[in-house]
Amino acid sequence: MKAALTRALLHPAAKVLLFLLCLGPLAWLVYGAFANQLGANPAEALIRRLGDWTLRGLWLTLAITPLRELTGLAALARFRRMLGVFTFSYATLHLMAYSWLDQGLDFAVIATDIAKRPFILMGFTAWALMLPLAATSFNRAIKALGAKRWQALHKAIYAISVIALMHFIWMRAGKHNFAEPAVYGVILAALLGWRLWKRFSRK
Amino acid sequence: LPGAHSAVPGALVMDKVTSYADATSYNNFYEFGTDKSDPAAHAHTLKPRPWTVSIEGECAKPGRYDLDALLKLSAMEERVYRLRCVEGWSMVIPWVGYSLGELLKQAQPTSKAKYVEFTTLADKAQMPGVRSGVLDWPYVEGLRIDEAMHPLALLAFGMYGEVLPNQNGAPLRLVVPWKYGFKSAKSIVKIRFVEKEPVSSWTKAAQQEYGFYSNVNPNVAHPRWSQASERRIGEDGLFAKKRPTLMFNGYEAQVGQLYAGMDLKRNY
Repeated sequence: MKAALTRALLHPAAKVLLFLLCLGPLAWLVYGAFANQLGANPAEALIRRLGDWTLRGLWLTLAITPLRELTGLAALARFRRMLGVFTFSYATLHLMAYSWLDQGLDFAVIATDIAKRPFILMGFTAWALMLPLAATSFNRAIKALGAKRWQALHKAIYAISVIALMHFIWMRAGKHNFAEPAVYGVILAALLGWRLWKRFSRK
Repeated sequence: LPGAHSAVPGALVMDKVTSYADATSYNNFYEFGTDKSDPAAHAHTLKPRPWTVSIEGECAKPGRYDLDALLKLSAMEERVYRLRCVEGWSMVIPWVGYSLGELLKQAQPTSKAKYVEFTTLADKAQMPGVRSGVLDWPYVEGLRIDEAMHPLALLAFGMYGEVLPNQNGAPLRLVVPWKYGFKSAKSIVKIRFVEKEPVSSWTKAAQQEYGFYSNVNPNVAHPRWSQASERRIGEDGLFAKKRPTLMFNGYEAQVGQLYAGMDLKRNY
């Protein structure tokens, strides 16, 4: 069973499949925008759903390591980078959609909005912290930095995920609506808690 | 539900009317859930008939009015109003109803009636959102008596020539076009004349964000976002810039004098 799964995961087509899966939500949104199926306020729908998929991408990326260790399927590791880069792409589209569709690319207005709304500042910070991670997501960067330093840099993902969750919670706080952020919070607590538990139980 | 074109000044704006589909699928009605799509999905459980509205408080003739009595109380008028949501979007809706003042006059408010308080139905059996704690139910809103008596303050029973759909506040609701949408209480069961300024549900939830007046005002920002512009649902394209918000939502000529001399930054 494990050997068969490993073989499937190592198959060259596996990465292509993941690539297409990651493109899926975006393709669906673009289709929805053109087919006028995003509801009465398509701009808002686009921004929010791109944000949802950024969070989901982050959580999926963070799930790779625990999954790999719990299942013993070491081959899972080869998908982590693609998930990470896709997450950054969705985050960038989310930021672009907000800047363009909501704020009309008026940078003075965007600057005031960041100052006025802490949750926008949170979101922007999370995106900015992802930049160096995305920029070092190729083999030569790992070599240039050295694996240790590269790994230390990429630990920023933990802080990014917490800031991204705060961005989401704060956004929903306006409506006193915490049901969905709570689900994301519980999953993130499990993903980060597992790491803490590993770290302290090893000693 | 037919209505004759209203003769009240300002009651018929020339803006393009929002599509019926948008106006009935993108709603804030927390008694049915906090998502904009929730009211359309869940409001079918609301029973708009039979329905009674009780009129209480500082008035000579309190009483209970049956929906049929309310429908016959005054001639139905069609009014095309802008609707500006505090969240930064807007619609243009043809309502059917009559001036709220027509009903209020019947109750003969006393000199102690400085304010009018409106209460929305809060029935867990009909309204799934009432089980959640997002707001302190029932939903309460209020107006100053002169605001409530202004001819533009509408008691609506219908829209687009039809009876109000449940998700839009059936069987009767308030429409106060110069204030942010949440001031216009839906599915009203109680109207009470009071001496002291009522505390509305949103003021209770976040006092620094939602004041008693909540007049549409592009110059007074919400603490968390600007109110200078708005997106007109269904009209302003995906890449179009949002349109500037108008003072008192464009009804300044009609209602400006209600607030003469008031500091609108303090009385937000």
